[in-house]
Amino acid sequence: MSQKSSDNIPIEHAQWDGIEAQEVISQYADMAGGLMEALHGLQAAFGYIPPESYPLLAEAFNLSKAEVYGVKSFYHDFRSQPAGRHVIKICQAESCQAMGSRSLTKHAEEMLGIRLGQTTMDGHISLEAIYCLGNCAVSPNISLDGRTQGRMTEAKFSDLVKRTEVQS
Amino acid sequence: MTALVKIYVPLETTALSMGADELVLALLNEAQKQGQDIEIIRNGSWGMSWLEPMIEVETEQGRVAYGNVTASDVEGLFRADFLKGGAHELCQGLTREIPYLKTQDRLTFARCGLIDALSLNDYQANGGFLGLKNALEMPPQDIVDQVTKSGLRGRGGAAFPTGIKWNTVLHAPSDQKYICANADEGDSGTFADRILMEGDPYSLIEGMIIAGLAVGATKGFIYLRSEYPLCREILSEALLNLRDQGFLGKNIYGSDKNFDIEVRMGAGSYVCGEETAMLNSLEGKRGMVRAKPPLPAIEGLFGKPTVVNNVLSLASVPIIMAQGSDYYQNFGMGRSRGTIAFQLAGNIKQGGLVEKAFGVSLRELIMTYGGGTFTGAPIKAVQVGGPLGAYLPNSDLDLPMDYEAFSEKGAVLGHGGIVVFDDGVDMAEQAKFAFDFCAVESCGKCTPCRIGSVRGSELMAHIQAGDNVAENLDMVRELCDVMETGSLCAMGGMTSIPVLSALKYWPDDFTGRSRK
Repeated sequence: MSQKSSDNIPIEHAQWDGIEAQEVISQYADMAGGLMEALHGLQAAFGYIPPESYPLLAEAFNLSKAEVYGVKSFYHDFRSQPAGRHVIKICQAESCQAMGSRSLTKHAEEMLGIRLGQTTMDGHISLEAIYCLGNCAVSPNISLDGRTQGRMTEAKFSDLVKRTEVQS
Repeated sequence: MTALVKIYVPLETTALSMGADELVLALLNEAQKQGQDIEIIRNGSWGMSWLEPMIEVETEQGRVAYGNVTASDVEGLFRADFLKGGAHELCQGLTREIPYLKTQDRLTFARCGLIDALSLNDYQANGGFLGLKNALEMPPQDIVDQVTKSGLRGRGGAAFPTGIKWNTVLHAPSDQKYICANADEGDSGTFADRILMEGDPYSLIEGMIIAGLAVGATKGFIYLRSEYPLCREILSEALLNLRDQGFLGKNIYGSDKNFDIEVRMGAGSYVCGEETAMLNSLEGKRGMVRAKPPLPAIEGLFGKPTVVNNVLSLASVPIIMAQGSDYYQNFGMGRSRGTIAFQLAGNIKQGGLVEKAFGVSLRELIMTYGGGTFTGAPIKAVQVGGPLGAYLPNSDLDLPMDYEAFSEKGAVLGHGGIVVFDDGVDMAEQAKFAFDFCAVESCGKCTPCRIGSVRGSELMAHIQAGDNVAENLDMVRELCDVMETGSLCAMGGMTSIPVLSALKYWPDDFTGRSRK
């Protein structure tokens, strides 16, 4: 069991670094419609979209800062602040509902002492809703740090959470 | 050392989510311990998802399958001599003889599971690029006509005839045209696009190249949802391979035609599966729905004529071009021609992908293929066609899977997703969820959807609390009417379908009489 825990690599967060941000953005600046890719790139680098990057994005894509914020805030994926070290998303859509995702969610919330959309006080785990991981034949599904895990049960969930604790 | 044995272990999301990578390690370790030479081939999934990870061993008789294999089964499998196809409780027999698979009409998914998804040799040895070769020798109009004659309709849900869309783009004058593959498969209960992109990515790309030749487009985009990271890796590698081999870029396959493709990622927005929202997102904007007209075929991506097709529509084109429109057209019923990939999901024993000609009944899919509910409890409701599809009661399961038969019932076939619920489901809860989901995912452009969804959720909360139920239900009906007639796109316009179908078939769940 203990070897397996290394599969779930926690998300690293970098400190704001204007030069790095500019390097990320400039990869996409000449790409038609590249703002989305630039936002993905920034989030991969920093773990969220630092507000300090808005003016850089605005400059690169010839937009106003408001327009940049408008795009960033439209999409569920783009974060305004860093997530916890581990991110658990529990599918809330119909197929997983039919297999007990509502009670699984309740179990997760009780176990972690937080609600969907929150991060534990120690910054260890963020718990989030997701609407379909496309793994509906083996519902209910969750994802842990980007890895989908099928046929989730309360026991398996508790075990996964415990493994993240061993690891960090 | 004994002779080398080939073992197939899918590199596919479902298999991975059930431990395929750990299994590969265990197989390699055990083989080394036993002094046995094995080669592990990472194929796609056959779509028998409930058996994943399903591994196959190549024997003289053919590939023998073992289902639901975990790392802890590996020692036992070696003891049972599984490398020769030995008997074991997990053995499913020869893959091609498994009834679930054997009785399907595999056209679009012919290679899924069979081949190493990224092997161009495998792809070409199994009919890949025959369609493209034919298309390269045909004038654009003939390609469009062949697709039109095949009867292929959009597999994303709207079922618009693909050939007619292509014809509009072909005849729209422009210096630049685009092909966009909509890979934003957001409907719960659907995963066919994913299985195809992970298991046979070249077929999607071949379809896009053919579409480019047909309408005169030189640039394609695959708009992929961010929930599918493995698809991105596989598609990116597939595109590199094809550029290397001259199938993409300038002078494709030695012709004077050019075409190239980029993969772009969505960012968790459901409404971006709507084609005009998708185009805005591809342009790097908020995924707001556009009013139509103008149609994307006239003014699409960056204002240029654009073909927007679902992954499976595009992936069905190569076989149409390879085998001819009659071959494809001969499958199906009525105006629904060819095959569709059904996806069995939710509370189902044997969930997975079933590609069948149109006309098969919902009951046959759920009972014969799916084996009934996972829990063993009776079926209460079946939602077909994603979150905006109708909930159907057990008594309606004999409905043939056909676009027209479904729309007569006020239901939608959509992208072919089938989500089964057992008798534990509270349909008022599902109706409330339909509004909640719409509130979360609405792009906010039109008022009926943006505000109606929130009001609908509030009304449902009152109804669930037993508050002025009759009056509030009337308001829900009225609200549904407003949303249906006044919304810009299907998000707000079709949220009424799950709500009203739940209310129609299970009124007791709303009036509180059957509430626990």
